[in-house]
Amino acid sequence: MNNLVVLPLIIPIMVGVILVFLRPYIRLQRVISLLTMIGVSGLSIYMLNVIQTDGIIRLDFGGWKPPFGILFVGDSFAVLLVLTASIVTAVCLIYAFSSIGEKHEKMFFYPFVLFLIAGVNGSFLTGDLFNLFVCFELMLLASYALVTLGGEKVQLRESIKYVVINVLASWFFLVALAYLYGTLGTLNMAHISERVAEAGQDPLLTTISIVFLLVFSLKAGLLLFFWLPGSYSVPPTAVAALFGALLTKVGIYALFRMFTLIFYHEPSITHQLIGIMAGVTIILGCMGALAYKDVRLIVSYNVVIAVGFILIGLAIATPTAIEGSIYYIIHDMIAKALLFLLAGAMIKMTGVTKFDQMSGLIRNSPIFGWMFFIVTCSLAGIPPLSGFVGKILVGQSAIEAGSYVLLALAFFSSIVVLYSLLRIFLNAIFGETIISKEDEVPLKKGLLIPVVLLGFGTISLGLGAEALADYVSNAAYTLTNPAVYIEAVLGGDE
Amino acid sequence: METLIILLIGILVTVATYLILSRNIIRVILGTAVFSHAVHLLILTMGDLKRGSVPLLKEAEAPYTDALPQALILTAIVISFAVTAFILVLAFRAYQEAGSDDLHELRGTNDE
Amino acid sequence: MKINDVILRTITRIIVFIILTFGVYLFLSGHNTPGGGFIGGLVLASAIVLLYLTSDIESIRKSLPFDFKLVAALGVLLATGTGFGSILFGVPFMSQTFAYFELPIFGKTELTTVTIFEAGVVLAVVGVVVTIILSMSESEEA
Repeated sequence: MNNLVVLPLIIPIMVGVILVFLRPYIRLQRVISLLTMIGVSGLSIYMLNVIQTDGIIRLDFGGWKPPFGILFVGDSFAVLLVLTASIVTAVCLIYAFSSIGEKHEKMFFYPFVLFLIAGVNGSFLTGDLFNLFVCFELMLLASYALVTLGGEKVQLRESIKYVVINVLASWFFLVALAYLYGTLGTLNMAHISERVAEAGQDPLLTTISIVFLLVFSLKAGLLLFFWLPGSYSVPPTAVAALFGALLTKVGIYALFRMFTLIFYHEPSITHQLIGIMAGVTIILGCMGALAYKDVRLIVSYNVVIAVGFILIGLAIATPTAIEGSIYYIIHDMIAKALLFLLAGAMIKMTGVTKFDQMSGLIRNSPIFGWMFFIVTCSLAGIPPLSGFVGKILVGQSAIEAGSYVLLALAFFSSIVVLYSLLRIFLNAIFGETIISKEDEVPLKKGLLIPVVLLGFGTISLGLGAEALADYVSNAAYTLTNPAVYIEAVLGGDE
Repeated sequence: METLIILLIGILVTVATYLILSRNIIRVILGTAVFSHAVHLLILTMGDLKRGSVPLLKEAEAPYTDALPQALILTAIVISFAVTAFILVLAFRAYQEAGSDDLHELRGTNDE
Repeated sequence: MKINDVILRTITRIIVFIILTFGVYLFLSGHNTPGGGFIGGLVLASAIVLLYLTSDIESIRKSLPFDFKLVAALGVLLATGTGFGSILFGVPFMSQTFAYFELPIFGKTELTTVTIFEAGVVLAVVGVVVTIILSMSESEEA
């Protein structure tokens, strides 16, 4: 029993509800929501250290012992993601302070962001499949509200598609849950894993696992990403950054959990399928990133490419590959938030959305220009920035496992990412400025600070990867050895 | 009994699929509602249909039926209730804004 | 559009009390017999919606002067708060407890912390349902 684990879920919910009562006091709302996210970040750092010393921590709700009750489990993988998600949310909140506008802030913007992060954290920490569904829905409901916030015509149009697609995905989730419950009679993830291991993963279970694959692929944007670019490019920048950084990662987390903890017995079917889907995702994502001139769409397709890349690690599924993927997920959360914020700031500065209509932004704001350069290099995987560690580990394991096609695709995608972003950089950031002296609006400090913070984040994550190494290798160890997780959940009280 | 219910679920899913593929947004919403009913039935069937007595202490003799599917369905109903309510409001706002409930007209243009 | 709905109005006046009583009964019996916060809340909300249907929104707003969004928020706060309370007592999150008390009229009564949780659920459901109905009907007039 350790009540710490539930706090990243319950604190944002309770604070969010309290903020509903503080509707007229915007300043107070800002301060409280930022402090909450910083608090949750601090809490997750503390939890990481507890896990390092005492092993996986768990909390049985209401004292009902697993597998009968629902429970939260904190292992290194989950808590690392909680930590990154909380930090990214805090930074996006700072960006929102000076960009989102009072109208949104009065329409319960901060409570919804806090509910969103509560859902995200809950999905990372839960140890029960149905609870995962509930946390997903909490996150999605908050995201529906955030997508539509403002109520512009284009937002309403895109959000209808977004909502219907997600309702359908949730429906498939329930179907898969029903089949799994009918087959195994349990919903506790560790218990399921144990029963699958005992009975062997027969074709029926493999089919169920593929239904789960379908569900989480829809949520993560793996192959089934057709809804993603549209709905990620319409909301306000701070919201889009949160979505780009967090929502797909929750789907990816669920895929990792399902296919390392539960359905790891038939890699020749499931992991092969994930590999193919990841490869195709990368190719299609690259096409999208090269085809469009709208900055927001290019950025959204970059999210898709990253999803493909991360899942290559899962498809190979050796400890090194998983470790590389974990590094890359953390890197991608920070870098994608940064990229979305930069794209939003570009559009704000120039008033146009296509990069060939922008020029010379570096003359208006040098720091901004160089931050864009840093994130480009980071996403392309140039050392010593944060993308490098993940790419090299995934690449190395692909060679060891002999998956040369995936290897080629992974590095081909790096080049495309580099090209698609350098194109923006050369066109929009370099060159003669198009904004005349009179029209020039200096970039607000409130927009620049979060960008610099995240830029600093990606540099320090690259240089300080050594500091994270213990936690990441512990996370990868737990993922590749399901017995550790099962023992922590079902092995009686500590 | 299970077979009958499974057939019923199949019919519901067929109806829902037909509804969700239509262009009228209200039909799409009704489609998602029917979908959720189908899956609630599926969860109930998967947890074995009525075997044993009401899962309430003191109300009846053991053996009790499995109470978990009912708990799951209740939660799923609450969630689908919230989501359906949200889409209804959303569809209504979209109708006000765009003046149309036809998804084809809400599709937007390629170049914006 | 004005509908002359004498029957509905007359019946509503009587039936609303029955619905409200039934809603409260469902809510109170929820923790160990059939019933519960969610359906109790739905029943209560249906009574309120019925009131809105029969009279105009303005007069109901005068007699029920709550912001239903805040009612929902209060409900969620109460529900999560009981879960959080158990953390303060050093037991697992969402733990519940109960005890028997001698109350003047009711005699020996069982009081549980679940009831507080359920009360939160009731408030949340009533708040959400009424908010949704109102937000749709209000924008229609605009």
